[in-house]
Amino acid sequence: MEERPFSDISYEQYLKEEKLMGSRCKKCGALFVPPRSICIKCYSSEMEWVEMKGDGRLHAFTCITVAPPFMIEQGYDRKHPYCAGVVDLEEGVKVDARIEGVDATKPEEITIGMPLKVTFLHWGEGENQETFLAFQPV
Amino acid sequence: MQKKRKLGRGVAVVGAGMSKFGMFKNKDSKDLFAEAFREMLESVDKGFDPNDIDALYLGNFSNDFFMHQGHWGPIISDLIGLAPKPATRTEGACASSALAFREGVFAIASGFYDIVLVGGVEEMSKRTTEEVAEGLALAEVPYEARVGFTFPGVFGALATAYFAKYGANREHLMNVTIKSHSNARLNPKAQFPYSIKDMMNLKIESAKKKGKPLPHWEDEKAFLRDPNANPVVAWPMLLYDCCPISDGGACMLLVGEEIAKNFTDDPLYVIGIGQGSGKGLHAAKDLTTMEATKNAADEAYGMSGLKPSDIQFSEVHDCFSIAELIHIEDLGFFKPGEGYKAVAEGLTKRDGPMPINTSGGLKCKGHPVGATGIGQLFEVWKQLRGEAGERQVPKKDLRIGAAHNLGGTGGTCTFTILERR
Repeated sequence: MEERPFSDISYEQYLKEEKLMGSRCKKCGALFVPPRSICIKCYSSEMEWVEMKGDGRLHAFTCITVAPPFMIEQGYDRKHPYCAGVVDLEEGVKVDARIEGVDATKPEEITIGMPLKVTFLHWGEGENQETFLAFQPV
Repeated sequence: MQKKRKLGRGVAVVGAGMSKFGMFKNKDSKDLFAEAFREMLESVDKGFDPNDIDALYLGNFSNDFFMHQGHWGPIISDLIGLAPKPATRTEGACASSALAFREGVFAIASGFYDIVLVGGVEEMSKRTTEEVAEGLALAEVPYEARVGFTFPGVFGALATAYFAKYGANREHLMNVTIKSHSNARLNPKAQFPYSIKDMMNLKIESAKKKGKPLPHWEDEKAFLRDPNANPVVAWPMLLYDCCPISDGGACMLLVGEEIAKNFTDDPLYVIGIGQGSGKGLHAAKDLTTMEATKNAADEAYGMSGLKPSDIQFSEVHDCFSIAELIHIEDLGFFKPGEGYKAVAEGLTKRDGPMPINTSGGLKCKGHPVGATGIGQLFEVWKQLRGEAGERQVPKKDLRIGAAHNLGGTGGTCTFTILERR
């Protein structure tokens, strides 16, 4: 794998490339997503990049109607809620992500444990383009 | 087990004051702190000269964002005539002033100071709800805010995890809300000094005045189930699961234990003080518990030598209804998964065996975030000294009370135990 620093900036760059990446400690094997440059299990700094398969299950979620300004910009508001969640990845770690492909106005129909697949939401153009990690039902 | 910690010198609380909490168009942070300071001065039974205060520790989360003004230590120090004495601002999100309290305790315990003022202030209501949501999200873990989690959203997610693990549901959250409102009714400083029944009547009155059809609800839970009365903020957190946007100030006077009786014959002693840090949703092992709270509780119980069952009542950080359920378990008052049953059985009511949030909690008393930690301890002060009026806990020999304060999405938690001897 290439020599990118194990940082949030690299994590975001990889998301733009539609890759969900974490760091694994070469000494003890601990896995971190988003990546850490210091292993908090054994304090080694010898890390390697690993790509997640992108398969997971819904661990917890919320459907948000009172949105912060940057989400309102993306078209969400009190009448158009969105879903955010915590996802258990098959690799044994959790990530925070947007949950797409569900009806956020019907939270009763969204179930904990439902299988999910990674997707990447691109927003904006050119240099200002941002990518948000998301998952959707399989 | 935690190492048993102790203070190098005992510390006592000898005065306390709190402004009314609420949304104030014509009062700013200085006015609200002044209100708290004046009450604190009057509360010192034997009186004292404010010029004897050695230093100020002030909690403020983010007036920088809310008011576009930072550096509140010296502003408040000047307000109350303390300058040029040292003023230090502490920041731990919604636990900012519990950290000020802790730093004040340590400053006295170290022997460096004898008389310290600790306080907190926040002014949030001049922003829109959406802006406040953005401001509070500054205290989240970056990965949470990035994917659109608001504060209510994070706690909503915790609730879905709690429901899935223990079989609780939204109806159980309503019990927390109804209990908090019935306590706040007796607290004149509360932002919403109304029971849910009062709120229902207010809505009916308002409809009458406007000539609209009169709403009708069978009972409190029917009201809380009505999406018009109680809309979703961040499922499963509805409006009545969420603390309001508030302005307020609070302060306390701390002194070395050996001089406490110069100020009052009835001081409260700081017998347990704990703090912990948390990691954020994605890194937490279990979303139905908070490691930061557990660490804070371990430190405080270890220092005091007390067990959870020794605590006679407690303020518990209920920024959202689910937070109260999680924390009454983490603090050891109830077993994991039993908190929601305890509230349903009325065990946490003011006249129950373990009164929680007799002040009305953050939900009803209000949550001016930087003032909340000391605001909670103010309730403990009032209750332990038998000065809580109508909402006095009806227990004989009330001696030990506690306050649990949480910052961010569990990033900073504190637990403080006070004793009346």
